[in-house]
Amino acid sequence: MSTKKKSARRDEPAFQLRLYVAGQTTKSLGAFANLKRICETHLAGQYSIEVIDLLKNPQLAAGDQILAVPTLVRRLPQPIKKIIGDLSNEDRVLVGLDVVPVKTA
Amino acid sequence: MPSKKSPTDRSPPLPKVRTGIMGLDEITGGGLPAGRPTLVAGSAGAGKTMLAVEFIVRGATQFGEPGVFMMFEENAEELTANVRSLGFDLDKLVAQKKIVLDYVRIERSEIEETGEYDLEGLFIRLGHAIDSIKAKRVVLDTLEALFSGLPNHAILRAELRRLFRWLKDRGMTAIITGEAGEKTITRYGLEEYVADCVIALDHRVNEQISTRRLRVVKYRGSVHGTNEYPFLIGDHGLSVLPITSLRLDHKASPQRVSLGVPALDEMLGGKGVYRGSSVLVSGASGTGKTTIGATFIDAACRRGERCLLFAYEESPSQIIRNMRSVGINLGRWIDQGLLEIHSSRPTLQGLEQHLVMMHDVVASFHPSVVVVDPISNLTLEENESQIKPTLMRLIDFLKQQQITTLFASLTHGESNSLEVSQVGVSSLTDTWLLLRNVEFDGERNRTLYVLKARGIAHSNQVREFLLSRDGVDLVEVYRGAKGVLIGSARIAQLASETKTKKR
Repeated sequence: MSTKKKSARRDEPAFQLRLYVAGQTTKSLGAFANLKRICETHLAGQYSIEVIDLLKNPQLAAGDQILAVPTLVRRLPQPIKKIIGDLSNEDRVLVGLDVVPVKTA
Repeated sequence: MPSKKSPTDRSPPLPKVRTGIMGLDEITGGGLPAGRPTLVAGSAGAGKTMLAVEFIVRGATQFGEPGVFMMFEENAEELTANVRSLGFDLDKLVAQKKIVLDYVRIERSEIEETGEYDLEGLFIRLGHAIDSIKAKRVVLDTLEALFSGLPNHAILRAELRRLFRWLKDRGMTAIITGEAGEKTITRYGLEEYVADCVIALDHRVNEQISTRRLRVVKYRGSVHGTNEYPFLIGDHGLSVLPITSLRLDHKASPQRVSLGVPALDEMLGGKGVYRGSSVLVSGASGTGKTTIGATFIDAACRRGERCLLFAYEESPSQIIRNMRSVGINLGRWIDQGLLEIHSSRPTLQGLEQHLVMMHDVVASFHPSVVVVDPISNLTLEENESQIKPTLMRLIDFLKQQQITTLFASLTHGESNSLEVSQVGVSSLTDTWLLLRNVEFDGERNRTLYVLKARGIAHSNQVREFLLSRDGVDLVEVYRGAKGVLIGSARIAQLASETKTKKR
């Protein structure tokens, strides 16, 4: 019940995603663009993305056990999942996020 | 002493950082290469993590160099608990901001990989930890976990190369540990990236006794000991036993010590042996080695000196009881705190382990006399090439402390082989007393002679060695027309001579 309620609320979407990057590199910009596109296509209205730049907040790297950048962390729904890389392969991102793809023509 | 170097001193070609680990700095001629990574390789349980922890802890506590310990296999709580037995309080050091413990967890099952990435996250994390305490030392234990955690080894290897470059650029003296491989030094060939210094640790079991060994495989730009050195993990951390690095520079005392038997002292130039020298008493079983040792102890205690007896065959109470039969009361010296008897089976724990125990006891008791009875028991399970350096180390240690030592040594076999003392100990000792059983005319008698005594004009004669209720005594053998006579033959001859004289 409660999960449904949460997903219904706008401020607490079902998919809480965090993208760790280190500066504005091609890889990090690419990863963000890829993520945005995938989420808009398959998770429209059910996600939030928080981008963390480790160059600005290095102390945050330990919390989510970040080694590689870019790393995408699925904070919710549980369990926590991580996808490393520039997220260029859409199918693998969807597998990693455990998202059933929306069929597009 | 001021540490300032005189201008004539040539500065060493490679700056080194002392690890503070007992013995390791001697082997490496001053420590690990400063500002460079060192690879420590070894199989599971070889002591890699312990070495790395001690490097960090000693750095923080003794050399004022804060350190970052980044671990990939166990977490900070586990590590803290594990090294508490070595007397290292990591929690306190963390609280004092002298060290940082960072546990990096990589769970392959949680990680999906898609597209390009790098390990900048790790760099940032390490950099942040280094900056937070202005660290000078870094440990990565063990990087190999990355290989199982990250599927793309091409990226990983490129990043590792960058990591080691980065550590060097930041001037970090680092230890990277790696699992030993079958054909290569480490399983994933980490030695490829760490070119400066490689140390291999090994843990092997021989004849049911385990020994740990350490070897400096490579040390670019520096002379180093190339042997395998036994090391152990004791109550105070690691201790490597470097034999060849020990210089023979102990002071020689001109003072003489009595062995407790006036006639024996008489044989040794009338004054006994030099203080701080070592005495070997060898002989077959039942020749009276233990009694000579006890007499020596008794004499030292009478002078008010402290004595240590390491006994490998009898328990303390058995020794005390048996020595009472020759009129020596050791019990009272124990009561007065002048004597400690340590009875054990040294082969149970392995020679090196035992040696460290002896070290600790000697260091805390400060004896002026140490008796080891018998030293040949130390050799029981080990082959001779292994034991000699260890004994050398023990003897040198005791000499450096100006402790007079007496080693009893059990020899096997009969007459001729007796002079072949075990493990070549004889060359390490200064004075060598040989005890022999002589069977003649239906009785067995003990004889004693001084085989060698460095720096002492000693007697070349054989003495008859008597054990009685009043202790040890030496009697001159009979030399006459009928040859050398001992025992009742000597007494009979003397009696008949006296008779003849009277007539």
